[in-house]
Amino acid sequence: MVSYLLIGFWFKRESAIFANLKAFLVNRVGDFGFLLGIAAVLYATGSLNYAEVFAQAPDIVGRTISIIPGMDWQLITVICVCLFIGAMGKSAQAPLHVWLPDSMEGPTPISALIHAATMVTAGIFMVARMSPLFEYSDAALSFVMLIGLFTALAMGLIGIVQNDIKRVIAYSTLSQLGYMTVALGVSAYSAAIFHLMTHAFFKALLFLCAGSVIIALHHQQDMRYMGGLRKQMPITWLTAWIGTLALVGFPFFSGFFSKDAIIEAVALSQRFGSSIAYWGVMLGVLVTSFYSFRLLYLVFHRQARYAVDHHAGHHPPDGVLEHEPHESPAVVTIPLILLAIPSVLMGYFTIQPILFGPWLADSIMVLPQNDVMAELGYHFQGAAAMAMHAPYTLPFWLMIAGFALASLIYFLRPSLAAALQHKLPQLHRILFNKYYWDEFNQLVFVRGTVEMGNQLWKKIDAGLIDGLLVNGSARLVGVAAQRLRLLQSGYLFQYAFAMIIGLIAILAFWVVLA
Amino acid sequence: MEANLPLLSLLIWIPIIGGGIVAALGSQRAAQSRWLALVVSGITFLLSLDLFTAFQRDTAQMQFVENMPWIESFDINYYLGVDGFSVPLILLTTFFGVLVVLSAWDVIRTRVNQYMAAFLVMEGLMVGVFSALDGILFYVFFEAMLIPMFLVIGMWGGPRRVYATIKFFLYTFLGSVFMLIGLIYLYVQSGSWSILDWHEYPLGLAAQTWLFLGFLAAFSVKIPMWPVHTWLPDAHVEAPTGGSVILAAIMLKIGGYGFIRFSLPITPDASMALDWLIILLSLIAVVYIGFVALVQQDMKKLIAYSSISHMGFVTLGLFIAFSIFQNGPDTKGAALGVEGAMVQMISHGFISGALFLCVGVLYDRMHSRMIQDYGGVANTMPWFALFAVFFFMANAGLPGTSGFVGEFMVILAAFQANFWYAFLAALTLILGAAYSLWLVKRVIFGEVGNKEVADLQDINRREALILGVLAAAVLLVGLWPAPLVDLMHSSVAELLVHINQSKLPAATAAAAGL
Repeated sequence: MVSYLLIGFWFKRESAIFANLKAFLVNRVGDFGFLLGIAAVLYATGSLNYAEVFAQAPDIVGRTISIIPGMDWQLITVICVCLFIGAMGKSAQAPLHVWLPDSMEGPTPISALIHAATMVTAGIFMVARMSPLFEYSDAALSFVMLIGLFTALAMGLIGIVQNDIKRVIAYSTLSQLGYMTVALGVSAYSAAIFHLMTHAFFKALLFLCAGSVIIALHHQQDMRYMGGLRKQMPITWLTAWIGTLALVGFPFFSGFFSKDAIIEAVALSQRFGSSIAYWGVMLGVLVTSFYSFRLLYLVFHRQARYAVDHHAGHHPPDGVLEHEPHESPAVVTIPLILLAIPSVLMGYFTIQPILFGPWLADSIMVLPQNDVMAELGYHFQGAAAMAMHAPYTLPFWLMIAGFALASLIYFLRPSLAAALQHKLPQLHRILFNKYYWDEFNQLVFVRGTVEMGNQLWKKIDAGLIDGLLVNGSARLVGVAAQRLRLLQSGYLFQYAFAMIIGLIAILAFWVVLA
Repeated sequence: MEANLPLLSLLIWIPIIGGGIVAALGSQRAAQSRWLALVVSGITFLLSLDLFTAFQRDTAQMQFVENMPWIESFDINYYLGVDGFSVPLILLTTFFGVLVVLSAWDVIRTRVNQYMAAFLVMEGLMVGVFSALDGILFYVFFEAMLIPMFLVIGMWGGPRRVYATIKFFLYTFLGSVFMLIGLIYLYVQSGSWSILDWHEYPLGLAAQTWLFLGFLAAFSVKIPMWPVHTWLPDAHVEAPTGGSVILAAIMLKIGGYGFIRFSLPITPDASMALDWLIILLSLIAVVYIGFVALVQQDMKKLIAYSSISHMGFVTLGLFIAFSIFQNGPDTKGAALGVEGAMVQMISHGFISGALFLCVGVLYDRMHSRMIQDYGGVANTMPWFALFAVFFFMANAGLPGTSGFVGEFMVILAAFQANFWYAFLAALTLILGAAYSLWLVKRVIFGEVGNKEVADLQDINRREALILGVLAAAVLLVGLWPAPLVDLMHSSVAELLVHINQSKLPAATAAAAGL
């Protein structure tokens, strides 16, 4: 019998309660690839048990499968790409990312839990778990890396122009997931897991900060109607700063260690495309820093962009509040503080055991020629030294540049933001509409599928099969019956005439036969 | 219970005789009819459980065999027996026998006794189909079964019931005429009506091909396969709830069972030569019908099309065995396909039956099957919504439900045969989720659509019991399919050995010479 070990991943899928149709369907596209990947594993190894599959992995190398006649593909690459499509669905990699920002409609704590901490990590985790297979396919890993790179950059850029506070954080999550995927692509599985872990803390923190702000402003999520909340909400403000510093990778904060490990790993990798990826992740640092500080400034700094009107009623127009905003109660702020602590410390204390130590040693397999992490470990001289060294590296200054840029545009000279938007209307529109990705899907896939269904149903089912064949043959029988009925006219002379012709025919037949 | 009790005969004749008594009660005594029908179907179900417990799992031999002369001058015998393929289907039949009686409890108000009698007789005849080992006996049950269904649709059906019944009857009758010719040919050749004798009887390729096409005509209509499927949506739409349930849950399975009992073992060489045809038609059913299901406006039609699509997996699972044989000596994949097909049949029985019951629940209250007449049902019928969402999820193949297991096994097996079989079959993950969940979104979720929906009453205890039992069955098969698979394991292995041997005269002569 089949071992059901692999299917275990599937039971981790989000429950239907949180998923809207889109999330489910997009994930289904991922499952589609994942299922084919599992089937390919069974085809290649005759087993679905981890241990047996991994033991046979080296034997698959060199086997090919002919999917399109005349083209032989490496079986291992087909397997890994199919499995990775499953990861793309779960971990929201482009182009299967579209479900994640939309599911921000749910309550904020759920966003924090699902999107930052648990569910989206399933895909990253799966690829790391499958490292004994992926290691044997350079092509698949290059594919993984480039998809991750694209996600990291493209989604970060969208984050710059969004106005909804939760959406900015959602796109930031997508971008950070892209980073993890890049790490997988350069065989730095442990770095991916490390970033996954640190990210879970500071992203959950940022989500809950956003939730705190949203409560204070009576469910206002639009950052254009915020500002100056630093005074009213000091705890939220402080923890948001901590989360942001961790996200942008400021030295000694947890995000610094994990992100820097990824960047270093990419720099050391020899894989096809890794040089592009290196500059991509560098640029990503700038982008991340820019949108993160933009969010902080828009929400907490400068003057308030909302008005307080005590007679506004319960459903006031945008930008008007019935009550003065105030700091959230302890039930909100205590989790913030609790999350802020690991957001600062986590990376410093766990980088050694996770990246270079024994924690993941047995679960991850890396071929010696791909082992960038070992090389990184060779240079590693402790977390403190790594952080002290930061000001001599490019990512640090890119991060500072992002900070400076955001400070200039959103803090020092706010008119610049609007001016820039006017200067580059095309760019802004494309980013603001998320590259029109949803519109494209809607037009091509949703509309196209429904149209196809309609055509098949009306033309072939109802038209050809039922209209022509089924009812047509019924009509044919009817017509034939009509004609046959003419024979039984009841006129004696017609019958007699028919008999005579028949007799002659039989006679003629006998004569010819004789 | 003693082993010498003629269990199969009891399972056939208790419901038929019971049905006769119920009919004789007269249409005035509705309450007695209901209770008697419940008792009869209940006893039948309990008796059939003995089939499950006493069945020997480790042999492919026919069990519970009864064989006595019936019409001696033509060598026709009353020959019954079951193997691992028939037992699950008989259990499914007796299980639904009880549920159908319950589902009609206070819904059917006119001619209750005749309604109940029709279903009891039908139940007995269907058990007969699954246990007959004599060709003529099989044919008698196969044809006789149509009559009560014809009456049920014609008497308690919707407005276009006459068109639907005639279409249903002519379609299925036309197909079975070709099968009858095939059966007579086999008798003339082999001098026996025993299906088991036919399994061993060597036949030339031409004869096998004609027989295969004759069987195909009968069984492809029953399943139904594209393009002879158009009777099914019409029949479902017009049939009362109980009729739809039996039609979907049991009758369609007779087609699949026919392939297993007749086409594959009697004409293995023709099956191998024409497997591409079946696979092609199956994949068309899965993909094309999936698109068609997406655009249906009528809930019953949507489920009917979804049935056709899911039954495509059954035929696919049965006929990919030949491609797998050609790929190598490993027949694990072929066994996976056949077992997957069987699991899919049982699972589809539960799920489609449950879905038609769900639609029945709504129809009883609103007298509409159109999707647009609903919306936000979850607000007024939360318990119903829970069940309906669960069953539609199962229909979409959610892991943990039975719908997943069968599809998963068949897709895994299909990959062993050919990448594209698996690719196309796996599209159902996306299509199935799309049409199932889109329906859920439009009918169950959202705001209350109109005043009628606002006045809906939630399900009563009787309905909750029926749906609850089915939900338990779906979960049981989904999480723990082992008991079901064990039941058929030996029979599947035997079938695969059998169809892997050529029955052409030359080959059998060579085998005999050795």
